[in-house]
Amino acid sequence: MYFVRRLIFAIPLLLVISALAFALVHLAPGGPFDRERAPASPEIERNLRAAYHLDEPVWKQYLRYLDGLARGDFGPSLKYRSHTVNDIIAQGLPVSMLLGALAFGFAMGVGLPVGFFTAARRGRWEDFAGSFFAILAVCIPGFVLAPLLILVFAIKWRLLPVALWGGPEHMILPAVSLGLYYAGKVARLMREGMLSAIQSEFITAARAKGLAEAALLFKHAVRLAVLPVVSFSGPMLADMLTGSFVIENIFQIPGIGVFLVNGALNRDYTVVVGLSLLYAMLLVGLNLIVDFAYTLLDPRVKYE
Amino acid sequence: MIERQGAAAPCQPLHVSPGRRAWRRFRKNRAAILSAWYLAALLLAVVAWPFALRISGGTFARLHDPDRLSNAQFAPPGAQHWFGTDVHGRDVFSRVLFGAQISLLVGVVGTLVSLVIGVAWGTVAGYVGGRVDGFLMRIVDVLYSLPTIIFVIVLLTTLGEALKQTRFVEHSPALAGGLQVILLFVGLGAVSWLTMARIVRGQVLSLRTRAFVEASRALGGRPAWILARHIVPNIFGVVITYLALTMPAIILYESFLSYLGLGVQPPMASWGTLIAEGVAQINPLRIYWWLIVFPGGILVATLLALNFLGDGLRDAWDVKSK
Repeated sequence: MYFVRRLIFAIPLLLVISALAFALVHLAPGGPFDRERAPASPEIERNLRAAYHLDEPVWKQYLRYLDGLARGDFGPSLKYRSHTVNDIIAQGLPVSMLLGALAFGFAMGVGLPVGFFTAARRGRWEDFAGSFFAILAVCIPGFVLAPLLILVFAIKWRLLPVALWGGPEHMILPAVSLGLYYAGKVARLMREGMLSAIQSEFITAARAKGLAEAALLFKHAVRLAVLPVVSFSGPMLADMLTGSFVIENIFQIPGIGVFLVNGALNRDYTVVVGLSLLYAMLLVGLNLIVDFAYTLLDPRVKYE
Repeated sequence: MIERQGAAAPCQPLHVSPGRRAWRRFRKNRAAILSAWYLAALLLAVVAWPFALRISGGTFARLHDPDRLSNAQFAPPGAQHWFGTDVHGRDVFSRVLFGAQISLLVGVVGTLVSLVIGVAWGTVAGYVGGRVDGFLMRIVDVLYSLPTIIFVIVLLTTLGEALKQTRFVEHSPALAGGLQVILLFVGLGAVSWLTMARIVRGQVLSLRTRAFVEASRALGGRPAWILARHIVPNIFGVVITYLALTMPAIILYESFLSYLGLGVQPPMASWGTLIAEGVAQINPLRIYWWLIVFPGGILVATLLALNFLGDGLRDAWDVKSK
C-alpha cells in the first residue's frame, strides 16, 4: 500500500520537475536558432518557429509538451533536426546504462570485499591500508582518474584502446574511472555497517553460544551490514547515470550525457527538459525499488 | 599549563567546555592535524604567491606570470618551471596556484551559502514543528529527489545566458566572468544545503525538549532568544563537522562543471579548467603527464585533506551521522 502511495506521489513530483525545467529553459533569452548562420529570410525563421510552436505562449507550449508526454512522446530535438528526443534516448540510454551497470558491478565487486575485510581486521595494518584506499578513492574525481588511466594503459603500455565504444576492451577504462569513487563509498559504508553489526547483541549472543568467528561474520553480520549499502545503491545508480557526462566526454562514448551537455549549451529546450525528466524518473524509480528491496532484506522494516 | 593540571586531577574534565573537550580529542588525530597543516600551507601559498611575484619582479615574475605566453612550450618540470609549462608556454605551477583562488573561493562561499540556508531551514523546521515542519521537510524531500547536478547545469546555462545579455555585462568581460563565478556560488550552495537542514532539524528537535531549554522558556525566554542563546550554540559542533564535509563536495562540483566548460570561463582558470586543458593535450605521440598530474594531484590532496579534517572533527565532536 505504501509503495502504491509513493508511486502516486511521484506523478505530481515529476510534473513539478518538468514545469521547473521547462520554465527555466524558456525564460532565458536566446533561441535555439540564434547560432545558426543568418537565416535566408525572416520568413524562414518565422516558419521554423511556427513549426516548433515557439511562437505560442509558454504555458501553451508546456501543455502541448505534457500532452505529448502522456502519449510517450518527448517531442522533436530542435538542434538535431532529423532526431526526436525519443530517438536520442533510444540511442544513448542503452549505452549509458551499460556503462552504469559495469561501473556498478565494479563498485560493488571492489567495495564490498574491501569494506568487509577492513572491518574484520579492525585496527591492524590491513584495516589502515584498506581504509586509506577507500578514502583516496572517494577523493579522486573521474576526470582526473580517466586521463591518468588513458596515459598509462592506453598510451604508454598500449594495452587498451584510448577511447570510443565497441568491444569489451573499450569498456574497462570507462567503467573503472566511473566506478572507483563509488567503490570507495561502498567500502566505507560496508566497513561502518560491519562494525556496528559486530557490536550488536545478537552477534554477542551467537558468539557466546560458541559459533565460529567465520560463520559469525559471513552469515550473520553481513546481512545486517549490507543494508546501508543497499539503501545507498539507488541514488548511486542514478548518480552514475547522471555523473557519466565527464566519462562519456573523455572517452567519446555516445551515451546520453553528451546529448544533455550539448543540449544545455545549444539551448535545445526539448532535449534538456526531456533528459532531465528521464533522470528524475530514473531516480524516483530506483529509490522505490531500493526501498522495496530493503523490506525484503530486513523484515523489521515496515513502511506504514 | 592549565591542561596539565586538568590531566592530573581526574575530576577536572567535568568542567571542561564541550569545545575544549573536542579540541583535545581532535589534537590526538594525526591525519586530521596533518590535513589542517596542509590546508594552511596551501592557503598561505595561494595568498602569498601573487605578492611574491610582484615583489621579486624581473625575470622571475615574467617566467611565472600565469597568463604570459612564451616559447617554452611543453617544458617538462625542472628547476625553472617546477610543474612544467603548458601548450602556450605558461608556467603550470603559477597557474595551479592562481586557479586555486577560484576553486577555494567557490568552495568556501558555496559552503557558506549552504550553511546559512541549511541552518535557518533546519532550525525553523525543528523548533516550530507541526505543520511548518512537515511543509519545510517535504520541500527538502522533493529537492532530494531532483538530479542535483542537472539542476545546477540547467540553472547555470539559463541564468548565465540571461545575465550575459544584460547591458552592463556586454561592455565588461571581466564583470561577466565575475557574474559566472557568483552564479556558481549560488547554484552550488543552493543544492548543497539539504543534508545540513536535515541534520540540524534532528538536533533541534531533540534539544527543544531538553530541561535547560524548557527552563529558559518557563523563565519567559522568547523563541528568538532561546534559539540564539541555547539552540544554535549547541548545534555548533554538528554544523562545523558537516561544513568540513560539504566543502570538498562543492569543490568537486565546481571542478566538474568547469571541466565541462559550464563553470568558470577563460581567461579565468580553476583546477577543473586546468585539468581540462591537460586532457585536451592527450595524444598518442607525446605524454605531457605534468599537465594532468599536478593540477589533479593538488585537487585530490585538497579533497583528501578536507575529508580527513571532516572525519577528525566528527570524531572529536562525537557526532552521529544519522
